[in-house]
Amino acid sequence: MKSATKSKRASAFASELLPERELRRIADTVLRLAKSTAAEETEVHVDEVANALTRFANNAIHQNVAEHGLTVSIRTVVDGRTARATTNRIDEDSLRSTIEASLSLAHSQPKVPNLLPVPGKQRYRTINRFVKQTAGLSAEERARAVRRACDLAVKKGQVAAGIFSNGKSQSALANSRGLFAAYRETHSEFSITMQEGSAAGWAKANSADVRAFDPQKLAARAGEKAHLAVNARELAPGRYTVILEPAAVLDLVGFLFYDFSATALADKRSCLNERMGKQLFGQNISITDDVYHPLQQGALFDGEGVPRQRVMLVDRGIPKNLVYSRAAAKAAHKQPTGHGFALPNEYGEAPMNLVFGGGDSSVEKMVASTERGLLVTRLWYIREVDPYEKVMTGMTRDGLFLVENGHVTGGVRNFRFNQSLIEMLKNAELLGPAVRATGEEAFEMVVPAMKVRNFHFSEVTKF
Amino acid sequence: MWDLCTNALDTARLRGAAYGDVRVMHLRQRDLTTKNGQVGTLSQSESVGLGIRVLADGAWGFASTDRLTQDGIAACAAQAVSIAKASALAKRGEVVLAPEQAYVDSWQSPFRKDPFEIPLETQLAVLLGADTEMRRVKGVTLTETDMQFRKIDSWFASTIGSRIHQRRVISGCGIAATSFQGQEIQKRSYPNSFGGQHALQGYELVDSLDLMRNAPIIAEEAAALHSASQCPEKIGTLILGASQLGLQIHESIGHPIELDRVLGQEANFAGTSFLTIDQLNKLQYASSIVNVVADARLDHGQGLGTFAYDDEGVPAQCTDIIKAGKFRGYLSNRETAHLVGLDRSSGTMRTESWNRLPIIRMTNVSLLPGTWDYDDLIADTNDGILMETNRSWSIDDRRYQFQFSTEIGWEIKGGKKVRMLKNPSYSGITTEFWNSCDAICKLGHWMLWGTPNCGKGQPMQTMGTGHGASPARFRNVRIGTAFSNQ
Repeated sequence: MKSATKSKRASAFASELLPERELRRIADTVLRLAKSTAAEETEVHVDEVANALTRFANNAIHQNVAEHGLTVSIRTVVDGRTARATTNRIDEDSLRSTIEASLSLAHSQPKVPNLLPVPGKQRYRTINRFVKQTAGLSAEERARAVRRACDLAVKKGQVAAGIFSNGKSQSALANSRGLFAAYRETHSEFSITMQEGSAAGWAKANSADVRAFDPQKLAARAGEKAHLAVNARELAPGRYTVILEPAAVLDLVGFLFYDFSATALADKRSCLNERMGKQLFGQNISITDDVYHPLQQGALFDGEGVPRQRVMLVDRGIPKNLVYSRAAAKAAHKQPTGHGFALPNEYGEAPMNLVFGGGDSSVEKMVASTERGLLVTRLWYIREVDPYEKVMTGMTRDGLFLVENGHVTGGVRNFRFNQSLIEMLKNAELLGPAVRATGEEAFEMVVPAMKVRNFHFSEVTKF
Repeated sequence: MWDLCTNALDTARLRGAAYGDVRVMHLRQRDLTTKNGQVGTLSQSESVGLGIRVLADGAWGFASTDRLTQDGIAACAAQAVSIAKASALAKRGEVVLAPEQAYVDSWQSPFRKDPFEIPLETQLAVLLGADTEMRRVKGVTLTETDMQFRKIDSWFASTIGSRIHQRRVISGCGIAATSFQGQEIQKRSYPNSFGGQHALQGYELVDSLDLMRNAPIIAEEAAALHSASQCPEKIGTLILGASQLGLQIHESIGHPIELDRVLGQEANFAGTSFLTIDQLNKLQYASSIVNVVADARLDHGQGLGTFAYDDEGVPAQCTDIIKAGKFRGYLSNRETAHLVGLDRSSGTMRTESWNRLPIIRMTNVSLLPGTWDYDDLIADTNDGILMETNRSWSIDDRRYQFQFSTEIGWEIKGGKKVRMLKNPSYSGITTEFWNSCDAICKLGHWMLWGTPNCGKGQPMQTMGTGHGASPARFRNVRIGTAFSNQ
């Protein structure tokens, strides 16, 4: 069995990524092998990850993992038909089998109407989001940071749980018309929940650069919130003014991203159907999709290798533009924006790098300006109740506080909300500066804290 | 594959591991979808790799790799031990594993038709045929169908001497019709939402679903929902269809009984549980007619939670969870069993893939059948609402307060279904809800539903779980809250 990169891989350490030239060599091998098949066009994605994650609970590490993986995904086009096959075996026999599997799948279907040829060479901007300090963070370093956070919890009579992770990933995309794109980045994350009796507080940060956050400070913030949440009082459900910290904003507005897909509108499943160009949100709401923003991450090209463009989605409350894959763009007589998913798929495209325009307020100013309201740290288990009015349900979690006369006065039992995102973005009174926010329901985006009036809490739980 | 396992375990021992278990897995998957009469996704994938979990210096480490050379595996095993030793820097006790025998075995899930041997043309023809039937219905604006097949081989070996090979074949299939009219999107799915039904079966699952007959029915319902009355907001009697009840079991029984949650191990992410250990054998979880088991054995059915051994090498078992309404058991593993007085794991450690650590997971957590015939249950209900097919689901992080909405509802008056209702929803507190159950349909109405998309753990793992259920009735339930606007 002949290997495309055998000698290089055998000598590599378990957590090292291959150099970019090796990804190119794998891609070239696929394209070369495909030439001797029935494939008229071929596209190959090579993706590699090396991740590690330390998990702690009850003030100790209880899970600690590392992974390495490389996948080769091949799309062939034959006689107006296309399909994809993926493997993580990179010897030539396996790659050849995967090409044949892709062709077999493609042959089995009717012709795809309006199937486009693969794109030719493209030009890409370069951004360095690979931070060696993040890539090199060891299990021992993560463990020591976790130990310090847990020691803080013990000192305060609290119980810590969370994660500290780091990793690196890279992607290459090539096709038979000469397109080649490559991207690599690092990522790191620290998330911590501090529990004090039945109360809990939470803090989390995520960055390409592990030096951008301090786990000890996050632990301290979560601990302060947990302490403040002790003896939470029960309030009646109803409409409240809320101050949503960035993580809470993110996990809500994250559910809007697919609505800006041109394919979603064509399928009539977007909340923007018949609403484009209308004053849908407040004038203080502007949203762009911008992978090049300094607080964003992700590849600079889409699933077909088209460079991502910066797109103004919402301008002062008015939905102005959508994002387009190549196929959706052709159908709508527009230009592709570089947001298409890997083909074939039924979803088309989506903006994956939302950036909200911020404001000049802050959580502290929002609290100071509030006579009576609720400060929300984080939300949980958010699901869509009404896809057109964009009513979302979910729970508050790990730090819900009453604000009275400009001050946080204590913890409140968690609420269930049933809230329209459209209405929420009409009712945003104050915005903080947009920051890289991280939660659990949506992928990371750049969003501000928000003060929102008439937020609808429908029921209360027991803690 | 056994050589790879042996190589990994030998290296781990040499590096100082006191215990180790290793999984080599080969996963194959085929995905087919259609949308509006055209093929959407058409793909297949395979993934092969090795993951090793070790105990060293009294703490856990796990590493995985797809570099299945001697050097690659040795490096991976050494990394796992190194990680375990790092874990020991922040440990507060020794890991104690419940005793378990060594097993040498091979098992394959039963199936009549290998889905990977069925021609793709045949599979696509079934989906496109159902898609066509749905598109014939006026008012339908989006039609979607899907099939998914998986074949998972795993080779498990441990330092106590187990060598277990398992092959599981999984099939899934579903269709959906969506209608956008005015200011409203309505959707109906068959046989269930979010991808349909999924089971540990071969292609015979698809054959059994009769998509062509059901496609026009759900399409008509999707269009008709626009003119249906809004589900009222009230406290009243609720009857849940079996698939929705399956998800209710998943969220409000299956997750709270996971012992890792109970012990705080998921406090930062998936959440904890109201089922603290002091409530075992004391809490009246449900009314006396409610009996729930966690059963991974084939005897229970071919569900997504069916296997011969878990990913810790423990044989499949049936555990009483709720018996005559009383809370009787948790889902445990070898590390946590002793904390609830058990001398053995209940066999619920499961992993998504070779690159993920096994964690406590639901198997088939099922409500056992009751005594009611479905028609009798409807006839016995004077004033109630029947809700079918999940649309949204949400529950708090300790599993007390939940809210579900379904695709369709039916008003029941005087023992008859009298009219369709749109946007149905209900909510409640877990134990109050289950204690209000006063009727469960019998075995003939019971189905082992598959939930293919249960997320848990960090890094996130998606797991399939099974939930047997038959339609059941609940009294004094809060109905309609999701669409209220107080």
